[in-house]
Amino acid sequence: MSQTSRTLVTMPATAKKGEIVDIRIIVQHDMETGFRHTELGELIPRNIIREFICTYNGTEVFRADLHPAMGANPMIMFSTVATESGTLEFNWKGDNDYASSTSGALTVT
Amino acid sequence: MSINRRAFITILGASSLYPWLDAQATEAEAAQAIKLIVGASKIRSGRVTLDIPPLVENGNSVVMKVSVESPMTPEDHVRAIHIVAEGNPLPNIVSFHMNNRAGRAVVTTRVRLSDSQRVWAIAQMSDGSFWQGYAATLVTLAACTE
Repeated sequence: MSQTSRTLVTMPATAKKGEIVDIRIIVQHDMETGFRHTELGELIPRNIIREFICTYNGTEVFRADLHPAMGANPMIMFSTVATESGTLEFNWKGDNDYASSTSGALTVT
Repeated sequence: MSINRRAFITILGASSLYPWLDAQATEAEAAQAIKLIVGASKIRSGRVTLDIPPLVENGNSVVMKVSVESPMTPEDHVRAIHIVAEGNPLPNIVSFHMNNRAGRAVVTTRVRLSDSQRVWAIAQMSDGSFWQGYAATLVTLAACTE
């Protein structure tokens, strides 16, 4: 069964050509580490996001491999150079077929 | 008997109080994780700055900023930044992969720290060289314990 959740992207709508654009992305996810136990002593299985990929008009510009030590509701702030008008796509993939995708439009002047 | 009753009780109490100690990655494991990243290459200190608050109240969400000195041109840029912890159950925290299109090699994120420890950042440059930096932090409320 695939899962998805809410994601939040903060980035400017317009930028000058060659300008460095700051992007902040947050995704709603518990990031269950696999080290915690229930009150009955059973181990809670790991359920985390493993991978984040940002593509700019189809070209990968940023990627992250996530491990259980990432905080709940992962937040990543990174940057990219505005080269041309287009779409930035943000894809998350994880355990239990988790997948979520968001996109943002950037107009380059 | 080399172990007396009092010492035995102390050990018994300590081992039941800290059962998660066995699960901690040690400095050796962190070094092993760094070796897996670096391979046969030599690793040099410098160029990498890791910003973590020196005193962390809640280890469940620690804001961490890593920056690498690099011109970020097609010829000379940062290819990857790996974050490795010395005192977490698993040494690896996160790895970022980028190229010159990032513009600057600065990434901010939130991580979990299960103990007071040193956190390492290893940067891989486009010329294949590795650089490292670390930050030490004191965690008052650890992640993973509840």
